Amino acid sequence: MLDNLSLFVQYPPLAFDVVLNGLLIGAIFALAAYGMALVWGVLNIVNVVQGELVVLGGYVTFVAVQWGMPPLLGLPLSAAAMFCVGWLIYRAVIFRVVDRDIFISILATFGLSILIQQLANALFGSDVRTVDADLGSVHLFDGMVTLAGIKLLAFALALGAGGALWFFLRKARLGQAIRATAQDPRAARILGIDTDRVFAMTYALNAALCGAAGSLAVMAWTIHPYLGLPYTVRSFMVVVVAGVGNVAGVIAAGLGLGALENVAGFVFGVEFQIAFVFALMVIILVWRNAMATRKRSHLE
Amino acid sequence: MMRHLVSGLLLGAMLAFSGPAGAEEPGTIRLGAAVSLTGKYSSNGAFTRNGYDLAVKRINEEGGVTVAGKPYRLEIVYYDDESTPARGAQLVERLIRQDGVKYLLGPYSSGLTEAIAPVTEKYGVPMVEANGAAISLFRKGYRYLFAVLSTTDQYLRGAVELAAAVNEDPSKLRVAMAFENDPFSQDVREGVMEDAAKHGMNIVIDDKLPPELNDMSATLSKAKVLKPDLLLVSGHDKGAALAVRQVADQRLDLPMMALTHCDSAQIAEKFGAAAEYTLCAAQWASTLKYEDALFGSASDYAALYEETYNHTAPYQAAESSAAVQVFADAFERAGSLEPDAVRDALSETDIMTFYGPIKFDETGKNVSKPTVLFQVQDGKYVVVYPQEFAEAEFRWPTPSWSER
Repeated sequence: MLDNLSLFVQYPPLAFDVVLNGLLIGAIFALAAYGMALVWGVLNIVNVVQGELVVLGGYVTFVAVQWGMPPLLGLPLSAAAMFCVGWLIYRAVIFRVVDRDIFISILATFGLSILIQQLANALFGSDVRTVDADLGSVHLFDGMVTLAGIKLLAFALALGAGGALWFFLRKARLGQAIRATAQDPRAARILGIDTDRVFAMTYALNAALCGAAGSLAVMAWTIHPYLGLPYTVRSFMVVVVAGVGNVAGVIAAGLGLGALENVAGFVFGVEFQIAFVFALMVIILVWRNAMATRKRSHLE
Repeated sequence: MMRHLVSGLLLGAMLAFSGPAGAEEPGTIRLGAAVSLTGKYSSNGAFTRNGYDLAVKRINEEGGVTVAGKPYRLEIVYYDDESTPARGAQLVERLIRQDGVKYLLGPYSSGLTEAIAPVTEKYGVPMVEANGAAISLFRKGYRYLFAVLSTTDQYLRGAVELAAAVNEDPSKLRVAMAFENDPFSQDVREGVMEDAAKHGMNIVIDDKLPPELNDMSATLSKAKVLKPDLLLVSGHDKGAALAVRQVADQRLDLPMMALTHCDSAQIAEKFGAAAEYTLCAAQWASTLKYEDALFGSASDYAALYEETYNHTAPYQAAESSAAVQVFADAFERAGSLEPDAVRDALSETDIMTFYGPIKFDETGKNVSKPTVLFQVQDGKYVVVYPQEFAEAEFRWPTPSWSER
């Protein structure tokens, strides 16, 4: 561990490389986390199937490229296809659990995640898949810092999507309906908003965001059917830190998580990278709980 | 419940009556196998099953096996262990106790074999396995376990030897290692450590990769500044795919890189130029000069396999086929279908197959077959080590990315 740290001191550009790559990775986490924040805020559901939606999005791009489509076109295709999948999932399962206890929705989405994992395994096999976007990479400091083109694209796209989402929620009619429903579904219904449609659109939009994240993930790294859980956990953490209605917070938390995780992987060793993510989640939950207790005692 | 019971009894009765029909009708020897058809090992599990099936098909086409003058056909009862050790052990118990299977073929992976071996041992059921190579399996004194493949610690020893041979002063060599934290890869690491110590090489990176590995960039960033002469990676298919992918992405210059599982990860097919010069450790190659009466040469086997399953024969399938051949040979020599007699015959196995020579030591591992190293040369896997099987010169050192 110490010799890893000393590498940072000996080769400062290396530290830059690790942090920068972490930030770029974080953009993909942020993209998946937008959707989770939306679904959580509007439907009051913790969407455990989030990571599987990401993986499915990756497979859409993979299959499209197999059929000869240019990889970058796979990105909108994944988003569109996953929008439809999200809509179907809402119509089949999610609408039944919207007003129920949060425990039921967690169980339902957890069940869905197992189902999708196994379906993906049956359809695409357990092989590790990857797609080469052919964007090359940028080299700085005599090759010490390498930034893959696809990760830069992911970064720009995640920021763009965040901005678009913010604008959509503020200005578009549907976006306003989504916010109204999030505030008070009953009042929204009384005011003539078709909340069922709003729920469906929100869930589908979430799936589309996951699809885009998955498409970027398959081009930046690899995917396989069992990779969903780490994405679910990361989205969950980002949302817990940022809060449900805070697009800018989601971006900041996503990037921060990516950078922290990458540095931790480098310093403690890759074998502890995921362990670090989980440990961080426990710490954040304890901290959030402590803050909430403090706030409550102030109010009392 | 009642209805199931009744139909089960009826089926049983029908089977019992259809049994002894005519004297020259061959009998059936049933082998049991729990392999991973779903879950994380499903692709290698399918190769295992294909290998078993192909050998059974060929043996039955050639008249089956003759035990004490009576002909028998082979048949395999399969279950899907879902790639989980607990399920594997449970299914093997079921194969033995409910299905009455007396001989077992192994599952895919060392982990699952480790879960199953105590069960087969308990019931005294001989198991010939082809996909569990962890050295720890053979340190537990199992009597009924036989493995046709070379043990795991052998996989990358060849790469270390090769590096020592091509470099002028092996003790100046800097070795970087990234091995998954599972029994298989840690065994590979053990072998490498031993040989590297023998040559006095410097280990500059020794990373353990997590099983849910998705990114190796931390290891590769270290390699950028520590500049190893040899990078060794073992992490099943995903480790191989990631290593090739990310080394190319980062344009990391490595004089020599050796992996396990690159043929099943199909690195040459999937990554093209990025995979060039990569060394791959393997149990078997279709270009090796081994032969037997059943399949012909190794390349005949590969051709038959490809014709049957429409993909190139991976070594996982080849060794699985060889496991069935070992059983067939043992049945004939035992002259009896008594599990203990078959077990004793297995322990005296000494045959040549298309997969290589098979002869077990007292712990049940095959000690007479070497592992080989391929190198990806112009998009093809070419054997470069050991010397006596080499088809081409080892291309070394790998040119830097700017010269490629």
